[in-house]
Order: sequence, then structure tokens, then C-alpha cells
Amino acid sequence: MSGQGEPVVRSESVARRGEQSQVAAAQARSSPPKKYLSIFRIRFINALQYRAAALAGVSTQFAWGFMELFAFRAFYQANPAAFPMEFSQTVCYVWLQQAFLTLFMMWYWENDIITEITEGAIAYQMVRPVDIYNRWFCQSAANRLARALLRCIPLFMVVFFLPEPYRMSLPPSFGQFLLFVLSAALSLSVVVAFSSLVYVSLFYTLSPTGTRLMASGISDFLAGGLLPLPFFPAPIRAVVELLPFASMQNMPLRIYSGHIAGIDALSGIGLQVFWLLVLVLIGRLALNKALKRVIVQGG
Amino acid sequence: MRLYLRFLAIQLKSQMQYKASFFIALFGQFLVSFTLVLALYFMFDRFNSVQGFSFEEVLICFATMLMSFSLAETFARGFDTFPSMLGNGEFDRALVRPLPVIYQVLAMKVDYTRLARLLQAVCVFAYAIPNCGVLWSVDKILTLFLMVTCGFFVFFGLFVVYAAFSFFTIEGLEFMNIFTDGAREFGRYPFSIHGRNILAFVTFVIPLALVQYYPLLYLLGREQSVLYMFLPIVSLLFLIPCFAFFRLGLRHYKSTGS
Repeated sequence: MSGQGEPVVRSESVARRGEQSQVAAAQARSSPPKKYLSIFRIRFINALQYRAAALAGVSTQFAWGFMELFAFRAFYQANPAAFPMEFSQTVCYVWLQQAFLTLFMMWYWENDIITEITEGAIAYQMVRPVDIYNRWFCQSAANRLARALLRCIPLFMVVFFLPEPYRMSLPPSFGQFLLFVLSAALSLSVVVAFSSLVYVSLFYTLSPTGTRLMASGISDFLAGGLLPLPFFPAPIRAVVELLPFASMQNMPLRIYSGHIAGIDALSGIGLQVFWLLVLVLIGRLALNKALKRVIVQGG
Repeated sequence: MRLYLRFLAIQLKSQMQYKASFFIALFGQFLVSFTLVLALYFMFDRFNSVQGFSFEEVLICFATMLMSFSLAETFARGFDTFPSMLGNGEFDRALVRPLPVIYQVLAMKVDYTRLARLLQAVCVFAYAIPNCGVLWSVDKILTLFLMVTCGFFVFFGLFVVYAAFSFFTIEGLEFMNIFTDGAREFGRYPFSIHGRNILAFVTFVIPLALVQYYPLLYLLGREQSVLYMFLPIVSLLFLIPCFAFFRLGLRHYKSTGS
């Protein structure tokens, strides 16, 4: 899915520059937990401004989802017995994936953070009384959430009313839906935590293009972004499902469709919590280490 | 032409200044398209064939699209990044120079890291060409050659349309992705897989099936008519409306002033 083209964010970065001072002001005023909440809020509201862009983006995602489903349909008709999920589950998987693309796909990087590191503005962030890791986390999560919100509503308005077999269905039960929400929140956090690791690596390599491509290529593939994990050959799948990447979109999308249910869903969520803790821990340690040796060139 | 080659050399030199970055980017590109091959392999490992096409046959399809696309993407990069060129006023400079505008857009940006996909396509060809069961007579080789070169021009046309749209919007248009990146991504299967409507669309509106599906049928011996072999040439007609649209946009152009 990485080929879906990097989203057009150029114009946003211009708008964000003005809003930096707002963030700073908000940060100075508020107490610790509140300041991260306000970072989240400001970013969220800011990202909601791009409604027309989102609407245009939805049409792409809609077409994309259809093309993907047509291909799956051809394989399904070739050999239904070899199909590892119900077809309706695959339909749910694909539409949810398109609706929440900005939530779970690794390739929605925060260009602000990247330029901050490669161009040295990170020095300003270091003197502020704000924890950089938390700020990254709030900023990324808020942007992803706001964009997903804008895109998913128009998409859902259509896909729930499509003719069969391409209609999206509701989750099997309300409990399953709650598990999905929990898993989706964890999934978003794992994605953000992993992307923070990549940002930290930029302190050392200063080569955003290649690192970004590699990180998103590997993680989106292993998270089931290109092909849902059930389609992987069994031995490979057994290994891949334990990796942190499987705690990304793979888990919530399969829980929603009912492909993973009951105890399996709970243990899957447990694995997500585990990977989230590990990734945050590594990310924090690595960031601290990088910040200690950071040299900002003057100018 | 000699000037264009000089531009190409300059671009190569400037991108090679940061060697590590260049090779990491190259490797990243390679990896991304490699996951596509892997996904394809997983699907055929499970299903063996789809609509009578085997893995190797689909790989031929995949590699032709990938090769045409990567060539187009490398050399039409100027059109691909055209919205930002308009946005930052770089394009205004092109307008005052005594060279054709389209020529300059082509020469200003060449992204060699995109050639990683080309490398990928070559690798896939190296595996698929001997293994797909085609007897490589002269006409089959010619067919494959026509598929790749004409595919290049169709993708090229698509990038030009993309650029032309941005004369009106200044922003890039995300929905064009479905025709460029999407065509690359979904062109890995013969277009007939996506059903009759899609096939009609990519035959008559955007002639991608003319460079992919129909000649592929001839290549694999499913169709004997020589007509199928020469269909890619017909697809070149697509370039006419593409460039016409670009000229229309150019006439409509007002600088953003920045």
C-alpha cells in the first residue's frame, strides 16, 4: 500500500509554522498532563482544517478498495476452499483499512518532526519544558486521528450500502466491537511508538527518504497492509504474527470482522500491550541517548 | 538532445553527492517493490492460478508494468513534482528561458533512486522470461518490447495530465494516484481480473490494457491475431489529449507570485 503515493502534506507544513507559536504559548501556561492534552487538541483541530483534501482523498481510497476487492474476488472464485477468511471478512478488512488508512499506515510520517531533526530546530524543543517523546506522541496521534475521522465518515456512508458481496458488514457482536475499539487504540499507539523509533534513528543517519521508505516498506508489509496476514503461508505466518508489526493494523481489522474472536482476541490485545510497552521503552531510552550526544550545527 | 543528456549527467552527479543517502533510498525503493513480489508469490503459493494465469505469467505482466512505470517515474519526475514547482515559483523561471517548457520540466528533475524499481523489474524478468513457457520467437520479443516502451509513454501521459491538473488547482490531486500508483499496483494482475467494467475503462479511457492485457494474450499464445501484438502502438494516441490538456493548462496559468 505504500505505493498509494505520499499524501499531499506540503501545504499543511506552511500552515503549521504559524501554529507553532500557539503551541508554545499553550505549553507555557499549562500544567504537565494538561500541556500534552493541549498539544493533542491543537494538532487535532488544525488537521481538521483540510476537509476538501480529505474528501478528494476518499475518492482515491474508495477506488483503491474496489480494485483490491475485485482482485480478491477473482482469487476467491478460482478456489474458495483455499481462501483463508470468509469473503465478507475480507471485505470488512479492506474497507476498514481504507477508512483508517491514516490511522495505521506507517507511511504517514510527521514531516514537521523530520525537518525538525534534520534541520536542527530540535534545539528549540530541547530548551522547552516539554518532554520531546510525549510531544511527538501526541502530535502524531492527533494528526492521524483527525485525518482518519475526516476520511472514514464519507467512506462509511457509502460502503455500508454497497450491493453484495462488496457491502461492509457490522461486527458480529457489540462485545466484539468494543474489543475492536480497544485494539484499534493500541494499534495506533504501536504505530506511533514505532515511528518515533524511526525519528530517533534520523539523529544518526540524517537521511529521511531512504529510512522512511525502508521502515514503511517492511512494517506495512508485515502488518498486513499489502496482504492480510491470513494469506501468508503457514510457517511464515506463525513467525510474523508474533512480531510487533502484527500488533498494528492486523489485529483490529481482523477483530472487527470476527476473524479473531474470544480468547484469541484477548491474547492478541495482550500482545499489543506488550509490544507497546517495549517500543515505548526502547524509544525513550534511544531518544535520551541521542539527545545527549546531539550536536546542532550553528546557523 | 545533447543538452538533455548533459542535464541528466548533472542530475546524476548532484544526487551522487550524498552517496550513502542515495543508496539507502535506492535500497528502500527496491525493498518496497520487493514486498509486492512477495505478496504475489504468497497469493499464488495458495491459489496456484487465477483465471488460468500462472504465477510466472502474472510475473511477466507485473514486470512490464513495473518497468514502464519506473522509467516514466524516473524521467517524468518533473511532472510528478510539478505542483510544488508551481507552488514555489520555480516554474516561472522555466517560462522566461528560451527553451520549450515541456523540455525544461523534463530536464529539471530526474530522480535516479526510482530506478530501483527498474532493477526489480529486471530481476523479475530474469526469472519469469525463461520460466513462463513462452517460446521466445522474434514476434514475441517484439511484443514484449512494445508493451514496455508503449507502457512507458502511457504512464508518461498520465504524469503530464497530473501536472496539467495542477495548473488549475496548484495542489497535487490525490485522486490521480489511482491511475499512476494504482495502475502500477493493480497492473500486476492482467486487467481482466478486475472484471469487465474495469477492463473497458482501461481499454477505452486510459489505454493501459492496450499495453498490458491484450498483448499479453498474444504473448502467451491465447490469441493468434497479430492485431493484439500491435495494439500497444494504438495506445500512443493517448499522448495527444494529454499534451493538449497540458497546453490548455499552460494558457490558463497565473503565477502564484511566490
